[in-house]
Amino acid sequence: MPQIAQIAETYSSQIFWLLLTFGFVFFVIGLGMVPKVQATADARDAKITGDLDAAKAAFARADEAEADYRARDAESRAAVQASLAKAKVEAAKASEAKLAAADADIAGRINAAEARIKAATDAAMAEIETVAADAARDMVARISGVNASEDAARNAVKAALAHG
Amino acid sequence: MAESGKIDPMHQFAIEPLFGTDHLSIGGFNIAFTNSALYMVAAAVVLWIFVVGGMKRELVPGRWQMAVEYMTGFIKSLLIANVGEGGKKYIPYVFSLFMFILLANLLGLLPLGLVGLHPFTFTSHFTATGVLAIMSFSIVLAVGFYKHGLHFFSLFVPHGTPALMVVPLFFIELVSFMVRPFSLGLRLFVAMTAGHVLLKVLAGFVINSANASPALGLTVGAASFILMIGISALEVLVAVIQAYVFALLTSVYINDAENLH
Repeated sequence: MPQIAQIAETYSSQIFWLLLTFGFVFFVIGLGMVPKVQATADARDAKITGDLDAAKAAFARADEAEADYRARDAESRAAVQASLAKAKVEAAKASEAKLAAADADIAGRINAAEARIKAATDAAMAEIETVAADAARDMVARISGVNASEDAARNAVKAALAHG
Repeated sequence: MAESGKIDPMHQFAIEPLFGTDHLSIGGFNIAFTNSALYMVAAAVVLWIFVVGGMKRELVPGRWQMAVEYMTGFIKSLLIANVGEGGKKYIPYVFSLFMFILLANLLGLLPLGLVGLHPFTFTSHFTATGVLAIMSFSIVLAVGFYKHGLHFFSLFVPHGTPALMVVPLFFIELVSFMVRPFSLGLRLFVAMTAGHVLLKVLAGFVINSANASPALGLTVGAASFILMIGISALEVLVAVIQAYVFALLTSVYINDAENLH
């Protein structure tokens, strides 16, 4: 077995060259290059997680914006409904007032007309009295030949009209 | 060692100095550039090329960058699963360890013999795996004592131990702790050695039986060859699994040092 048979002649050369080559591997490759390779991989991982986080944040912001939009939508709907109700109430009040004014106007006109009708009726009644008194004097004069006084005739007509 | 005809299944593990560097030395210690060292350099260079291909640092990665980032991500999740968030600072070490062992195992399995080269798996040498194991173990010790001081010894006394059992348990746990670097290094060495020996023994069967007679070659040789195909696939799996086990156990031990129990 050369590993054992040659150990006396070769151990120092083996150890020397192994330390030399492994030293090169460790210091130049292990310490010099591997951290850079690892840093590249880490940077990539960081970039991927960063991008994913950014996407998640953007999602959250979109959700927020939607919620905000919904809230404002509901708010403006409520405002519009409120002003609509207010307008309805105002319109109802206005038409009520106009109706009341028109009612008062109509009532006034009816009153005036009634007063005019009453006046006309009174005037007509007065005329009927005069005419009736004249007729009564004529009838008295023709039947009895007595000239009845105007006052007497008028009183008699009034009494007759009052008894109906 | 077992010889099967002229084919020595252990010869693949022989270390040979290359390029006439037999007597290169530092302070009396021989540091010849061997075939083993060549494969260590090859593993380091291939790993460097692999990681350089993933350094484009694009936000949308290409295939190569994706592969490199997959490997670092794999080590990262391994450490996070075993050690927690504090395990991230060990990514460079465990990544180096895992990829270096993985490439060593896989490069040693390349069928370079077809073009006349001799593939060599330095992870089949406990001198190499031992150094890696001791390195991992030293990190565990250093981190453990640096973070917890002498309190690190409480690792050897599990929670809820009856007072009477504290002393015996302490020694049992201490032994199991001290065995770790050996089990770590030997596991890799044994798995690699066994697989390669098995492949070479079967290859010896194919060649020797075919040389003996056509009848033997068509029966024993063909059966061995078919078996070799399956075992080669298994060896690729073992190469990956052993590298993974080494990295996994290292991170489990680092967890002990980081978080105690």
